[in-house]
Amino acid sequence: MSQAVMLDPASAFRQRSRSAVDDTAQRQNFRSAMDYLQSKRRAQFPDAQELDGLRDLGEAIRRYSLAHLPRLLEQLEQNLTANGIQVHWAENAAEANAIALTIARRVEARRIVKGKSMVSEEIGFNHAMEAAGIEALESDMGEYIVQLAGETPSHIIMPAIHKTRQAIAKLFVEKIPGVEYTEDVDALIRIGRHVLRRKFAAADIGLSGVNFAVAETGTLCLVENEGNGRMCTTVPRVHIAVTGIEKVVEKLEHVPPLFSLLTRSATGQAVTTYLNLISHPRQPGEKDGPEEVHLILIDNGRSQAYADGQLRATLQCIRCGACMNHCPVYARIGGHAYGTTYPGPIGAIVSPHMLGLAATYPLAFASTLCHACVEVCPVRIPISDLLIRLRNEAQARPGTSDASLRGSGAARTALVSAIWSAWALIYSRLGLYRLTSWFMSRGRAFSPIEQGAWTKSRTPLTPAPRRLRDLLRDRQS
Amino acid sequence: MSARERILERLRAAPSLPMAAPDVTGWFAARRRNEDPPQRVARLRSGLESYHAEVHDTTEAGWPDLLLQIAATKQLHTLLIGTDTPHGAALEARRPDALQLVRYDRSIESWRNQLFDGIDAALTLARSAIAETGSLILWPDASEPRLMSLVPSLHFVLLDTATIHEDFHSAMVAENWNAGLPTNALLISGPSKTADIQQTLAYGAHGPRELIVLLRHGPGGMA
Repeated sequence: MSQAVMLDPASAFRQRSRSAVDDTAQRQNFRSAMDYLQSKRRAQFPDAQELDGLRDLGEAIRRYSLAHLPRLLEQLEQNLTANGIQVHWAENAAEANAIALTIARRVEARRIVKGKSMVSEEIGFNHAMEAAGIEALESDMGEYIVQLAGETPSHIIMPAIHKTRQAIAKLFVEKIPGVEYTEDVDALIRIGRHVLRRKFAAADIGLSGVNFAVAETGTLCLVENEGNGRMCTTVPRVHIAVTGIEKVVEKLEHVPPLFSLLTRSATGQAVTTYLNLISHPRQPGEKDGPEEVHLILIDNGRSQAYADGQLRATLQCIRCGACMNHCPVYARIGGHAYGTTYPGPIGAIVSPHMLGLAATYPLAFASTLCHACVEVCPVRIPISDLLIRLRNEAQARPGTSDASLRGSGAARTALVSAIWSAWALIYSRLGLYRLTSWFMSRGRAFSPIEQGAWTKSRTPLTPAPRRLRDLLRDRQS
Repeated sequence: MSARERILERLRAAPSLPMAAPDVTGWFAARRRNEDPPQRVARLRSGLESYHAEVHDTTEAGWPDLLLQIAATKQLHTLLIGTDTPHGAALEARRPDALQLVRYDRSIESWRNQLFDGIDAALTLARSAIAETGSLILWPDASEPRLMSLVPSLHFVLLDTATIHEDFHSAMVAENWNAGLPTNALLISGPSKTADIQQTLAYGAHGPRELIVLLRHGPGGMA
């Protein structure tokens, strides 16, 4: 929610990218982090055939789940409810936060401790709680660091990827009373662990995301390494899970392939330390676990993507971050330059549905269409095709069948429209085309030296001295 | 109309794109290695060790002494055990002097701070395990609650080697998980960890710093 709608999103994005590219220290951080994550992922998939087959299976599971989405959401709700987990539905961020606040007020909560959840970032959960006087504390080490610094995550899996350990050491000294400066990573983690243990014990509510929600058993799956997700979902007396409506799968047996694809693609791990499957609140006789478990299912623009046969593929995503880890643009400008909760290629294709194309269309253009993201996506989302589609939508003429998305046509300008209209006119009339090209080749000396973005790093474009048809005529005679 | 109805209505109004059910069973069946038990044990062990867990071979008769010996080496003073478990009873029967056995016999609300600050280690039984990924399966319950495997800095896990499955899929099928899951089912692969500071791996993020697995071999099973 921190991504305010800008008057001119294109120049704002350019500005952020420029300053990110100028920050050489940060670029080094991202470069080395991307190299590390790429090589870790590569090592997890030594068998190309197995990888291909597993991706096919992952894609089939996600597409099958989406094909039956309304039915599966109802089945999920029914089974969760039967298990004692309360299900809520939210159209948008404001509704989701209002639901969480109603629960928080009912149980008189003062402190919420959070496991890692990108959906909670998407809905601006922390701000909404703080505005209501409730502390919302991040407990994932990376998220904790980012929150302490008053920043937002720059990567969906490794939120503090933009920070050096020296910067984190300074931050800890500044913000945590009684901490001495140390650059030792083990010592820094021990400090975080010590601070946050107190917080888990004192929290009234634990908030988490969901990696997969299983319809047939009414189960919420959480994937993590640190154990903070388990703390948040076990220690406080209330657990609230937030998730997008697309995260549901039909069967429990759909989880193992997706889990394997997720951990191997994301961080290059065969498996994470924990896979946490939650199906009930605390049962009679049990001695720990929350007495109440809630799931908030959030649309927030997802049904717009769902309504379109092509754009629906956006919702196949399992949020592994491999697309950003392999993106040449992301590696150079980092996560913050995108200005959206979800950065990188996935951010470019999912954000327009959440925030509208008017605020987000520049992201679809921030791609070389090199296909690296398409090649690594564990569920085979055709990201390049979707980027091209969004570019077209951004330029769509209002009122045409292409203009089906919120904010479509936002990138159209009078000048660009006029140029394309003239282009269409010239190319559809043979005489006019010949005449224009004749003038262009004869008048090449008058070609402008300044050609906008093109000449910033390239020599100007100049028409050829002779047209193709002239050359052909010479050859034939 | 409620948010629920509006969302579902929009989803139902979207074009239907039929898709055949994925063949998950076929995928796993085609890749199954049909390993014998010692091979499974070996694969589980190498997985667990690669995630920094400590793995020991032992027997039905020998594990309590092994555990007490490790506890002494690591200078543990308190060990959390479940209530009314055969393995808890086996330890209590040893009446160890140097190690205080604490039963998790009250609800968390009545002793949260003591659990967080006053317990060195916990012992739980694993339900089964997964050879392929080196994962332990735990189904915490009233007698061995969820926080036992999370809060103390050291976690001992007792695992019967006869319960090791080849992969995650065959574990859930063989144990019929889709008939109903407990409050919380867990896969644990190593001690808790993080690489959130400059991709440097550190153990003991929020959960245990050490995971010690006692592989309990059946009669004649220990090579």
